Amino acid sequence: MQPRDETDLAEAIAGANGPLRIIGGGTRPVGKPVAGEALSTAALTGIEVYEPGALTIVVNAGTPVAEVEAALAAENQRLAFEPMDHRPLLGTTGEPTIGGVVAANVSGPRRVTVGACRDFMLGVRFVTGEGQVAKNGGRVMKNVTGYDLVKLMTGSRGTLGVLTQVSLKVLPKPEETGVVGIEGLTPARAVEAMSAALGSPYDVSGAAHFPVSANDEPQTVIRVEGFSNSVAYRVGKLGDLLGRFGEVSAVTGLGPDDTSWRTARDVSLWEGGEEDVWRIVTRPSDAPGIVARLPEGAKFQLDWGGGLVWAACAPGTDLRARLGPLNGAATLVRASEATRAALPVFHPEPAPVAALSARLRGQFDPRGVLNPGLMG
Amino acid sequence: MSSIAMPEPDAAIVGRKEEIVAALATAIGAESVISDPAETRAYECDALTAYSCPPLAAVLPHTTEEVAAVMRVCHEMGVPVVPRGSGTSLAGGALPTADCVILGTARLNAVLEVNYPDRYIRVQTGMTNLSVTGAVEADGYFYAPDPSSQLACAIAGNIAMNSGGAHCLKYGVTTNNLLGVRMVMADGEIIEIGGPHGEASCYDLLGVLCGSEGMLGVVTEATLRILPKPEGARPVLMGFDDPEVAGECVAAIIKAGVLPVAIEYMDRLCIRATEDFCGAGYPDVEALLIVEVEGSPDEIDEQLEKINAIARSLNPVELRESASAEESAMIWKGRKSAFGAMGQIGDYLCLDGTVPVSRLPEVLRRTGELSKQHGLACANVFHAGDGNMHPLILFNANAPGELEKAEAFGADILRLCVEVGGCLTGEHGVGIEKRDLMLDQYAEADLEYQMRVKDAFDPDWLLNPAKVFPLDLSAPRRA
Ligand SMILES: Cc1cc2nc3c(=O)[nH]c(=O)nc-3n(C[C@H](O)[C@H](O)[C@H](O)COP(=O)(O)OP(=O)(O)OC[C@H]3O[C@@H](n4cnc5c(N)ncnc54)[C@H](O)[C@@H]3O)c2cc1C
Repeated sequence: MQPRDETDLAEAIAGANGPLRIIGGGTRPVGKPVAGEALSTAALTGIEVYEPGALTIVVNAGTPVAEVEAALAAENQRLAFEPMDHRPLLGTTGEPTIGGVVAANVSGPRRVTVGACRDFMLGVRFVTGEGQVAKNGGRVMKNVTGYDLVKLMTGSRGTLGVLTQVSLKVLPKPEETGVVGIEGLTPARAVEAMSAALGSPYDVSGAAHFPVSANDEPQTVIRVEGFSNSVAYRVGKLGDLLGRFGEVSAVTGLGPDDTSWRTARDVSLWEGGEEDVWRIVTRPSDAPGIVARLPEGAKFQLDWGGGLVWAACAPGTDLRARLGPLNGAATLVRASEATRAALPVFHPEPAPVAALSARLRGQFDPRGVLNPGLMG
Repeated sequence: MSSIAMPEPDAAIVGRKEEIVAALATAIGAESVISDPAETRAYECDALTAYSCPPLAAVLPHTTEEVAAVMRVCHEMGVPVVPRGSGTSLAGGALPTADCVILGTARLNAVLEVNYPDRYIRVQTGMTNLSVTGAVEADGYFYAPDPSSQLACAIAGNIAMNSGGAHCLKYGVTTNNLLGVRMVMADGEIIEIGGPHGEASCYDLLGVLCGSEGMLGVVTEATLRILPKPEGARPVLMGFDDPEVAGECVAAIIKAGVLPVAIEYMDRLCIRATEDFCGAGYPDVEALLIVEVEGSPDEIDEQLEKINAIARSLNPVELRESASAEESAMIWKGRKSAFGAMGQIGDYLCLDGTVPVSRLPEVLRRTGELSKQHGLACANVFHAGDGNMHPLILFNANAPGELEKAEAFGADILRLCVEVGGCLTGEHGVGIEKRDLMLDQYAEADLEYQMRVKDAFDPDWLLNPAKVFPLDLSAPRRA
């Protein structure tokens, strides 16, 4: 089904007598496989309101992310949370939609300092499992009018409601980007270096670590963005600060649209691989320990100063069992349908919290028709 | 008489006061239970002082476990609980009813953990907002949300109201700086949501908890993001002889790609009041902006150059860049004492609607028109960068009918905010104050799903039940 508009979509859900599989661009098949009739938001397109002077945009859920980004770029603005493009990693095709970004709370390297997609969400319209249209939030920067269902809907992956429209805060593009790099660090030293950078006043907007780079050396990279002089100044300061970790390289002049961070954002080095891919959020200082406990032959890379560990290991590995108690959460992002059916995709919540999540699902989708089972 | 209704207290509960107090004393010790009417008066209202009612009793637990014990007693006995931080809510969020127990966080005031490498602090939620920054400031860190009430207000209240502050234009509000909580559910169960890693594994329960006005759970511990202090900060003060031009200046600055940490607005009525109150040396103009930027001295110069160029193109009456720490303090002094200064003039009602920044000039103009219609003066002092307005309606609380008049004027302003695409409250919360205006912003179906969230957390509606939702809508659930 591909409803024409929100009303049509509400009717489709109200009239459904079995499970529905909600699809935006279909580029992020993360979660337990859902058996059900496909319901696509592809026809709900278009930018409703864009006010560059108020840093806000209101977009229908099926609008391609590329279209949103192009409109923003024309005003020298952008989605600051840097949403990951899952296509390289997951081997999917098609056009990612803004609704899909929000439904999966998709963020990128800049999340470490500016926040996640959810932090930029101002408002939603959605259709519940009963086919009821509802809205929450709005299109202003500060809004505490009633409960924040905007946050609840963001990241709920179509299991509480189908998003029809989202309002987002956007930010100006920077004039310039600079990157500071250090080679040869162990994961532990890399996390220390990234923590030092993130704990400095130099407004870091990315801190990632790759265990192998082009010349086979581990590489730690720190990004700063802003006005040109300021970027030059901060790159210099970070160089001084990080000198004790090793030889520091500095690159400036990468411009407002630097694409060198795509490998961190999209985990694209693992494109086409057969391994299962896990996404582990944790305390940065726990990252080296996690890396040390990965099974032999596993690959990893770090983002968010170590707060995000990407790990690739042999298909079917129960990585959670291997890692033991985790101060964080491990999500199985890439795996065969069989593995995703066998292992929980999302990190199991403690029983009382899981019960609460289940009760919420029951309140928004009492008949259990929206992506049933996808999130547990 | 005041015009916002509260539900009738349950006579059966009030009649069982002794039994309830005894059970609470058994649970957490008599010294933590307050039941003498002379003493429960201390909890009869928050900063929305026009409304007051002493609670049945108040309890001041020391630990999460004691909070859980209180909640179990109240749950078993069917007694409503109203959580309370420091009582600075301007919306009546912490207003008791005669049949409720006030659960105060005053004794939950310990720092539990400070972690600089991972940039977080874990505290008990009775700590004041400012004391959290106090705990990390010597090491070069701070907790970003900075409500003007930060000396008094508790992290518990900040979380419940999703409070903001002058610097949230850059750093976000409470929800953007809250990583995790430990909390007690209405039935006494203790749960943890989120953590230092700051991401939900399933639904963003932390996101919906933040700003839920004490209705979903009693938050006893919080993990908060702390940030390294910037190298420096400098404000510039701008005076305009036309509020609309000041509004234009705000939008132009934001559009230009400079991201100040704060853009604050004051109008003439407020400027004069603060001048009389604290002599900050403000120019006597129609509208004043304080714009602050952060960074190294050179970075600050560069940003202020861009900002000043925008301001100059709009013919300001005054453009004063701070040249020293003392001058910066003076520029902020007036803004920070604005509420106190207005209090010296008389009683006021502080509103909190937000509008799209592009509509600020229009809303300022139409607020002026409404002021004439209602025959009450209205001052404006607010966070302009994010469109969060604080019209202060002046009235005489002792004159019969004036409070109702002021409330009617306030309701008109808030409806105007909604009409132009904004909302009823940007940071103070709904409480009782805006409860009955909720249907101006939301349809019944919208509110139904909000109430269902409460059903999931607190099926018996025992936690702060008479807030946020229009009473007739919540009545079947509260019964
Ligand atoms: C002069 C002045 C200036 C102000 N400036 C600002 C400002 O700049 N920005 C801003 O956002 N606000 C401001 N406020 C409003 C107020 O300070 C905030 O709403 C503050 O967060 C309330 O904190 P509190 O501890 O006083 O909470 P209280 O007033 O005690 O309670 C507020 C709400 O929190 C709930 N609550 C309390 N403790 C808990 C708990 N443990 N668990 C769950 N719920 C709980 C209560 O039930 C109530 O609904 C201002 C108020 C005043 C008087």
